[in-house]
Amino acid sequence: MKLLTLNFLSCAVKTCKTSPLSFPLHPKDAELAKDDVEPNPDLLTNILPRLDWSALRTTAAELGFPDLPETAPSPEELVEGGKTVQDLHELLMETQIVEGKLVCGCCGHEYAVREGIANFLLPSHLV
Amino acid sequence: MEYLVRFSQSHETFRRPELEALAVIEGINLDVVSYSLNSPFCTIRLPSSAAATRLIRRSILIQSIHELWGAGTTLSAVHDQVRATTTHLWPLYLSCSFKFTLDSYQGSRPAADKIRIINSFAYLGFAGPIVMRLPDEEFVLFEDWPWNSTPLGLADPTRYFFGRFLAVGARDELPRKLDLKRRRYISTTSMDAELALVTANLALAAPGKLMYDPFVGTGSFPLACAQFGALTFGSDIDGRSMRGDGKRRTLKGNFEQYELLGGLGGMFTADLTNSPVRRGVLGDGGDGMRGRVFDGIICDPPYGVREGLRVLGVRDPEKSPWVIPKGKEMYKQADFIPPRKPYSFLAMLDDILQFAAQTLVDDGRLSFWMPTANDQDQEMSVPTHPYLEIVSVCTQVFNKCMLRHVVAGDGKLTRTGSRRLITYRRLPDAKVDQEAVKAWEGGTPKHEGKTADELNPFRKAYFNGFESPGAE
Ligand SMILES: C[S@@+](CC[C@H](N)C(=O)[O-])C[C@H]1O[C@@H](n2cnc3c(N)ncnc32)[C@H](O)[C@@H]1O
Ligand SMILES: [Zn+2]
Repeated sequence: MKLLTLNFLSCAVKTCKTSPLSFPLHPKDAELAKDDVEPNPDLLTNILPRLDWSALRTTAAELGFPDLPETAPSPEELVEGGKTVQDLHELLMETQIVEGKLVCGCCGHEYAVREGIANFLLPSHLV
Repeated sequence: MEYLVRFSQSHETFRRPELEALAVIEGINLDVVSYSLNSPFCTIRLPSSAAATRLIRRSILIQSIHELWGAGTTLSAVHDQVRATTTHLWPLYLSCSFKFTLDSYQGSRPAADKIRIINSFAYLGFAGPIVMRLPDEEFVLFEDWPWNSTPLGLADPTRYFFGRFLAVGARDELPRKLDLKRRRYISTTSMDAELALVTANLALAAPGKLMYDPFVGTGSFPLACAQFGALTFGSDIDGRSMRGDGKRRTLKGNFEQYELLGGLGGMFTADLTNSPVRRGVLGDGGDGMRGRVFDGIICDPPYGVREGLRVLGVRDPEKSPWVIPKGKEMYKQADFIPPRKPYSFLAMLDDILQFAAQTLVDDGRLSFWMPTANDQDQEMSVPTHPYLEIVSVCTQVFNKCMLRHVVAGDGKLTRTGSRRLITYRRLPDAKVDQEAVKAWEGGTPKHEGKTADELNPFRKAYFNGFESPGAE
């Protein structure tokens, strides 16, 4: 699962959805892998407006990646390239979470990740 | 200029929607001049021949596209038009190598006739060498014959089209590349490669776009979307469907097989009715993107036959009160499998539409498959949502032999032997009809029931109809 995916996923428990604490989920005991992926500026440009930037900064910091600037780069900066663009590409497109847990900051539920596939199924008392 | 599109005469109702989707993907102005479900020939107007080649480069249902030099109901009408409108083009092909081809749809002619007809174009004055294999240019005369023309002994076709060949679509290449017969990992419900690719076209999958399948199974749709350059995501309530044997036969293994790993964004286990995907607020007046994630959602939802349709939860909490406390104790164990209950297909459709409205960017598309009729052979209505505009409804009809095969395989089809692919476009908030929103909020249908049979007419049709002795 590319780390980009984490920016799209919150806790699955319905009562958590309204709480800002349920997003982003916090990686725990995460084992990461890195693939070599061709840089794709068009893709970055397309997804930038959809990213929750502050959630992305949180994820990057929690996984020990270089700090991202406080505000998202502009489309022009993306085209120009540079360090932030490289960092973003590496973080979003090249890094995979392979094993570990994703923890909800609201209810504390831990979603297991195995072989790159996170499991969001809930027991009946949480549905 | 006008162009002739030579379709394959199959999946007829999908052809025009595919053509129009390709025009959107490539950003080309397309005017359909003539089109009929009963003919493989369609004429269109386009800005240029370069646009024509680009338009069909990823088409699955188009065989080829041609610069249209002349058309008519008689050969002499074709010649008149060629003489009247294309003399300025003739010098361009004066000395190149070339060949002439006769393509007779539903008809045939003796060889001597063919030669006579081809020779009737001699006035074009092409003086280059005639080359049968890979000439610089190919000129084709198409004949549209009526059904059964040979046994009926008909002398002439009903229409002719004459044009210069420009390009072929992806029809010969991609369905073969993704063919299920040679795919590492499939299941009984894997979507046929040709139709998965057509679905990806209708949903406008393209480089730089994010596509999602919430019922991903073995990954047929994400593979087709990744083949067109998109970054893909998927989930399934059954983690095993993605993991396969945990070795080579896995969803990821399929991406590896086709060298599409770069298009694999993320797969996860989830129930669409309790999805972790973050969603936008409907009608928040935002910029049409923020809070919404996907460019396209494509899927083949389960219909409740066999083990198909399930959501998380306990079917009857009063009858089995121990299930919930037991789950509370056990759910943290790695091998815990939460209980599931049957669910209504119609309610699931409502959930899919709502999910799409909340997660698609403006003009993003939802394409999904559903049966045409219920067990009483009543046509099922196309589900609607005020934030989603219907773009196209395509119908795939199964012939008898396929029907038997598919029913034996996954038991998903109704008696009528057809299913539909429905495609929607996410309207920008400003274009949404507020009256429709009120009506929809007031009247969202509740599909209730407890057993799988009560909830899903298809399941009943399957067990009562198809499995009874002597049934087709
Ligand atoms: C018709 S199959 C899709 C097959 C897929 N298109 C492929 O090519 O392999 C439907 C899938 O939906 C899954 N499913 C059933 N109920 C679900 C739910 N509530 N949420 C998510 N997936 C569900 C099933 O496990 C099954 O894999
Ligand atoms: Zn939570």
